Amino acid sequence: MPLRYGVYGGRYVPETLVSPLDELEAAWRSARADPAFQAELELQRRDFVGRPTPLYFAERLSAHFGQARIHLKREDLCHTGAHKLNNALGQALLARRMGKQRIIAETGAGQHGVATATVGARFGFECTVYMGTEDMRRQAVNVERMRMLGAEVREVTAGTRTLKDATSEAIRDWVTNVRTTHYIIGSAVGPHPYPEMVRDLQRVIGDEARAQYLEAEGRLPEVVVACVGGGSNAIGIFTAFLDDEDVRLLGVEAGGAGLESGRHAASLVAGRPGVLHGSLSYLLQDADGQVLPTHSISAGLDYPGVGPEHSLLRDLERAEYLAVTDREALEAFQLCTRLEGILPALEPAHALAAAARLEGRVLLCLSGRGDKDLATVLAG
Amino acid sequence: MSCSASPAAATKTWRLSLPADAPLFPRAANGRLELVPYLMAGYPDRHRSIENGRRLAGAGVAALEIGIPFSDPLADGPVIQKAGQAALEGGLTVGGAIEIAAAISGRAALVFMSYINPILAYGPDRFAADASSAGVAALIVPDLPVEEAEALKPVFRQAGLDTVFLVAPTSTDERIQRICAASTGFVYCVTLTGITGVRADLPAGLDALLGRVRARTELPVAAGFGISRPEHIAALKGHADAAVVGSALVAADDPLPLVEELLAACG
Repeated sequence: MPLRYGVYGGRYVPETLVSPLDELEAAWRSARADPAFQAELELQRRDFVGRPTPLYFAERLSAHFGQARIHLKREDLCHTGAHKLNNALGQALLARRMGKQRIIAETGAGQHGVATATVGARFGFECTVYMGTEDMRRQAVNVERMRMLGAEVREVTAGTRTLKDATSEAIRDWVTNVRTTHYIIGSAVGPHPYPEMVRDLQRVIGDEARAQYLEAEGRLPEVVVACVGGGSNAIGIFTAFLDDEDVRLLGVEAGGAGLESGRHAASLVAGRPGVLHGSLSYLLQDADGQVLPTHSISAGLDYPGVGPEHSLLRDLERAEYLAVTDREALEAFQLCTRLEGILPALEPAHALAAAARLEGRVLLCLSGRGDKDLATVLAG
Repeated sequence: MSCSASPAAATKTWRLSLPADAPLFPRAANGRLELVPYLMAGYPDRHRSIENGRRLAGAGVAALEIGIPFSDPLADGPVIQKAGQAALEGGLTVGGAIEIAAAISGRAALVFMSYINPILAYGPDRFAADASSAGVAALIVPDLPVEEAEALKPVFRQAGLDTVFLVAPTSTDERIQRICAASTGFVYCVTLTGITGVRADLPAGLDALLGRVRARTELPVAAGFGISRPEHIAALKGHADAAVVGSALVAADDPLPLVEELLAACG
């Protein structure tokens, strides 16, 4: 039985992918236990990604909000501008170890696509990135970045022409080319072993942050907060604190135009369990099991599903999840920029908006930088 | 194999009653091949999918596969994706697909092809009971490999539905064994690593794959994905028991002439 998180997760995929997923799982377990692989990963994290990323005390933002002492884990300072490279790097090293010649990925805003194209260039893989035509229009600069890095960007015209459909198309490519190709999924979603593998590669965020926080503050934070689309930066920082029972874990989803409007992407807050892209998890779907279109000002959170481990953490009430609207995220974006001199991506701007209501010692994952979002912010 | 049909008065549907564990159609004999055409429920609209279904089911096919549309069909190529999207935009629901099956039933064995999420949303028990009452004999769920089906298979079985599992070119012998053991009705052999859709040629190595499957089951083995031409049918004879034809029929304005042409090639 494939690994599950409670009832969530699993492998709801065409039979063609089952044996390759078995091989991937075996390869990942072997790599994870191999000191040489870990040493290479460590070296590349330091010299290529720029880890460890700093822990930063947001003094003026804390004073402005008034009730909380907020530290930011600066994933925005990773090479390529977001935590996405932590995952793409690890999976690229694994793909090389497995003898694959080609890597593929899906992307919404383009951050994961850029991270994958970057490791494609760095390690000499043939690279194809699937992106919805709607997102290609909204994120034209990232499309050019990926092409410059040598990736082929394939437009996806099916369905809603956004991240969900790009993911479906990447999976179809993988079904077709599975013998030569490794699929670098961008979040802690998909069939087993992807959610586990992506978490393992992103937990460096939490491991570093926990040690840095103890060093800086002499004790643990009271709340750890992160935005949740698929949930990879959140699971990456939460994992290090799961056993610290007194530390609250808070995931922030995209409330879009407001939950009551129906135009949002808050799977854990407003969805119910269902199967999308190979795993059972909370899902925004209609009464008939058809996946609903989503909306968020942040393309990286604009996804109807969520990683299965978050679904379990929600049911266990180990983590809490809430939704923040487009408007609140935009306000937080402006505040962080003006008070701290840090342009956050619109994704972690959701986490910043939630932090405004918190009290006490807060550790927040600033998962990416906001340069990519300037056009959206100026238009909003 | 004898099929006795009895009318279900309230819905005017017909249900094929088969002995328990009987295959859905016979294994190939005398160089024949059976044909299993596919149509998408609700495409191009409800009325025409019923009309097409009745005509295809009455044309002498072994079984008729009826697709239930899903918003995110991972195993399907553009033709079936677009047909499903059009059916959904036309308002087709899972309940509506079951009604379409009921309106077609009585002419050939009916097989539902549905992704798992619409079944979960409808409720697996209710889905199995309603599909069975509508005259559906078997179920194919392309994103439900044998491991994930352990809890659901008894539910389908209880309602009298066969569960057809798929073998793929990447399946190991051990998995083929397990898939054959879990399948009832027939075994579906995916001919290629890829998604549904028309291809010019059958893939190399298909005969060997079909041989590996047929050596591990008494059930008939249907080959599907990429099959659309009489020469494909001819090439499959002696290697498979049936051919499933989907995208080429969905793309046709009228699927019946192609079905008749393929049936003629079936021998």
